[in-house]
Amino acid sequence: MKFPKSGMFDNLDSAQPDLDALCADRVVDARRLLCPMPIIKAEAAIREMQPHELLSVLSTDPGLVNDLPAWCRVNGHRFLGIKRMGRELTGWVVKGEGR
Amino acid sequence: MSLEPIPHPIRALGLLSGGLDSTLAVKLLLDQGIEVECVNFHTGFCIQSHTGAMRNPKPGASPPRHDALFAAGNLGIRLHMVDIAEDYVRIVTNPKYGYGKNLNPCLDCKIFMVHKAMEMKESMGFHFLFTGEVLGQRPMSQRRDTLPKIDRESGAGGWLLRPLTALRMPPTEPEKRGWVDRSRLMGFSGRNRKPQMALAAQLGIREYPSPAGGCCFLTDENYARKLQDLWQFRGSREYTMDDILLLKAGRHLRPAPHFKLVIGRDEAENHFLSGFVAGRVLVRFRDMPGPVTLVEGTPSTDDLTLACRVAARFGKGRELSQVAMLLETNGQQEVREVTPMAAHEISQEWYV
Repeated sequence: MKFPKSGMFDNLDSAQPDLDALCADRVVDARRLLCPMPIIKAEAAIREMQPHELLSVLSTDPGLVNDLPAWCRVNGHRFLGIKRMGRELTGWVVKGEGR
Repeated sequence: MSLEPIPHPIRALGLLSGGLDSTLAVKLLLDQGIEVECVNFHTGFCIQSHTGAMRNPKPGASPPRHDALFAAGNLGIRLHMVDIAEDYVRIVTNPKYGYGKNLNPCLDCKIFMVHKAMEMKESMGFHFLFTGEVLGQRPMSQRRDTLPKIDRESGAGGWLLRPLTALRMPPTEPEKRGWVDRSRLMGFSGRNRKPQMALAAQLGIREYPSPAGGCCFLTDENYARKLQDLWQFRGSREYTMDDILLLKAGRHLRPAPHFKLVIGRDEAENHFLSGFVAGRVLVRFRDMPGPVTLVEGTPSTDDLTLACRVAARFGKGRELSQVAMLLETNGQQEVREVTPMAAHEISQEWYV
């Protein structure tokens, strides 16, 4: 079960969402891969998604902290945040329009 | 100049490493009103933040970042990140124009990348390609005789513009057609980066990686030596993505031709290595902290004892008379009690 449901992110305001409450439409597991593979895998995944759908990216590469927001900025996606659990990072992205 | 109508907008696709030259090339075209997008190719050997991502961060250090993404963000352009690692194997193993100082097939690499970009140009409707190459800057791929070779063999022909060195080259198609104002391009040449740095200051580009920092592990002497070792003892010039990742991490020791040890140097590297246990034997201390060691090849049971003794040498228990080492392979575990190897027993010739 997804929560929030797919497609709800077009109405989110700019406030930081509660990352613990999110459930992704698509998950990319890029753990143990090094830069830039987490982003390349995210790019491949999001190409197959619909605008406003939610992608999560699991990674152990600390560079995700810089690379995921930068990738969102240059490609018109919305970066929601990154949560750290030990060495693992989970980044959250809402697919932008027309990409 | 051609009498054909000038398309609007003019769309150019550039190769962006995120270094100073490719960043300047983008900026020169953006300033002419050209719509620019870029591509960054991942070969598997790109030096970005790999080392930083594998080792424990230095205190106070910022997380590593991808230079091309960072540059694209600053320039406000779209960046396509494309993985060409699988196709790139044949470039590394059998380069038509050979290697540079180490295992860097720079000319073949550039031809290959421009060819890939040319395919994208055609399929995505760009009008021309561009790169940040500068005549005379690199000894293999940026010479007066090799730049035209790149144009010819990549299939780019006259559709590849080099904005930083254009005034030293014959006009390209986008210049001849009036799509690009040649008078606003540069005539840089040689290895001196001061003109580029001055142009960066003039154009308001303040943050860029160290010029001439290099972007490929294949130009690195230590890395190239490890790759040569892998090829030599495997008996073929093949590699997997795991192989080339593992060459970037740990101490590499080869006590005998048929097996090699990769020993983690800090906690982060241990964690990284522990993800590569499939097809290998993982050795670690059972009762105390210490390095993770991977054993690659076809070790005998005696070889594995030696591997345990070497691994024990690099842990805190190195001065003990006996330590318990845990071996993991194919989900099975085994404990061996060994005496850590004395420093003088580890031959310097084992170090790859």
